[in-house]
Amino acid sequence: MYHVALHVFKESVRDKVLYNLVLFAVLLMAVSFLIGQLTAGQDVKIIKDLGLAAISVFGLFIAIFIGIGLVSKEVEKRSIYALLAKPVRRQELVAGKFVGLALTLAINIAIMAAVYFAMLAYYGWTEPETVQRAWEAPAADPRLLKPIVLIYLQLLIVNAIALFFSTFTSPLMAAAFSLGLWVAGHFNADLRAFDTVVDAPAAGALGTALSYILPNFASFDVKSVVVHGQDVPLGFIGMNAAYAALYIGALVIASAMIFARRDFK
Amino acid sequence: MRRHRAVVALVVLAAGSVALQAARDARYGTIADDARMMYLQSGEVAGRLALEYDALAADLYWIRAVLHYGGDRLHDPGTGRYELLYPLLDLTTSLDPLFQIAYRFGAVFLAEPPPGGPGRLDQAETLLKKGMAASPGKWQYPHDLGFLYYWQARDYETAASWFQHAAGIPGAPEWLGPVAAGMLARGGNREQSRDLLMRILQDADHDWLRQVATRWLRQLDALDQMDRLDEMLAEYVRRAGRRPASWLELIRAGWLPGIPADPAGYPYTLNTTWSTTRLSPDSPLNPLPEELAR
Repeated sequence: MYHVALHVFKESVRDKVLYNLVLFAVLLMAVSFLIGQLTAGQDVKIIKDLGLAAISVFGLFIAIFIGIGLVSKEVEKRSIYALLAKPVRRQELVAGKFVGLALTLAINIAIMAAVYFAMLAYYGWTEPETVQRAWEAPAADPRLLKPIVLIYLQLLIVNAIALFFSTFTSPLMAAAFSLGLWVAGHFNADLRAFDTVVDAPAAGALGTALSYILPNFASFDVKSVVVHGQDVPLGFIGMNAAYAALYIGALVIASAMIFARRDFK
Repeated sequence: MRRHRAVVALVVLAAGSVALQAARDARYGTIADDARMMYLQSGEVAGRLALEYDALAADLYWIRAVLHYGGDRLHDPGTGRYELLYPLLDLTTSLDPLFQIAYRFGAVFLAEPPPGGPGRLDQAETLLKKGMAASPGKWQYPHDLGFLYYWQARDYETAASWFQHAAGIPGAPEWLGPVAAGMLARGGNREQSRDLLMRILQDADHDWLRQVATRWLRQLDALDQMDRLDEMLAEYVRRAGRRPASWLELIRAGWLPGIPADPAGYPYTLNTTWSTTRLSPDSPLNPLPEELAR
């Protein structure tokens, strides 16, 4: 499993996935340079918002567009035969693919977070104290690590979803399903309250059931709260981490089961 | 060789597209639809569409609100001036209910009378009350509403009640309570206004608030200067037995060192019929707070 994971990471580096880091840094620097004149003193808030959104979007693209090819690409390139001929179990192969992409995501997010904090620290260092007094939180606020951790956990779920679809469908369909689930996962609260807007009890129950089955991405979003200087309890992050672990575990097991039953002849 | 040709073709095509755009704009101007409208009106819908990027969407609407206000303030669009300011701020604060400056900046500029703003104290109040509902612990919102009632509406009773409300919130400055009591006792006068504005200026944590408070203080200074000039004009009329035809007459007589200018640097206008002083119509200090004028 370790070798498979390392292979996935090396392949993502060969695929120039790390180029997005340059784009991220340029985007942040360009925006911080441009927005100062437009935002009536809200530049640091906007840099924080934009940085967190960019980490999330870049990570989402990596998780989906690499995740959907994890298995299907091996099948398309017929390299799956060589892989399966090696002394590695199919379940280990699937788990290794997941861990490899998780490692790629971790390194990407860690570097983006470092650039983000460096940018904010520079901003805090250059602004006079009178301006800083108006900020709700310091520029390089360490509490910003919390939304970044939650973004990572959310992306791990997306990674597992993409891997799951990758085991039995084409990359295009897997991308569509993964993106669809990512969007649907933000409307979890609406599904849960479905019984309050419909008369049919069965439809209400179905909505509630779906809200528990679909990934709940909305609960991972604390970006705006932290940017305004409010804290997020560690217990909340812990519960979300546990939820992500369970959900990912279920998806990886389901992926392994499907992959184990596939016939590549 | 082939690569060089490709590079040359690339440069020629890129330069050609730039030149063509410039030529088109020079000949036809901008025909693009510049309708002043908002495609999205509902904060709830915008929040759903933004998924987890609602804070970023709020930032975009905030920038649009600042550009809309600044654009209309600098260039009179003719009709519908500032008409999008409230909807844009409402959307911004719906997407990010903790966006403090959007409530405060928005309220101050919504209540500002024309030409500096739309003069909509009602919208300013709605926005600040929305802020109070989102963050009941922020004393700044009732404080701002109290001040707007004091400065723009001259409704001292309502202003005092909002200052009292703000004073009751933990963390509020201690001077709020006495100011509210004084407001109820004495109503509005320049001394009290100046005192209040100086406190706002000292406590202001944003540049734009400092600028607004400074402008209001300059308006008070202009009122004081105009009073002194009017007294001097009355004295001149009494001694000379006629009304001065222009400021030059007073300068030649040695009563003034030069043409008097308001704190913004614009020369005062002399009303020769009544021998009174007025602000230049071009002065950014217009309109002066009427009730404090005399």
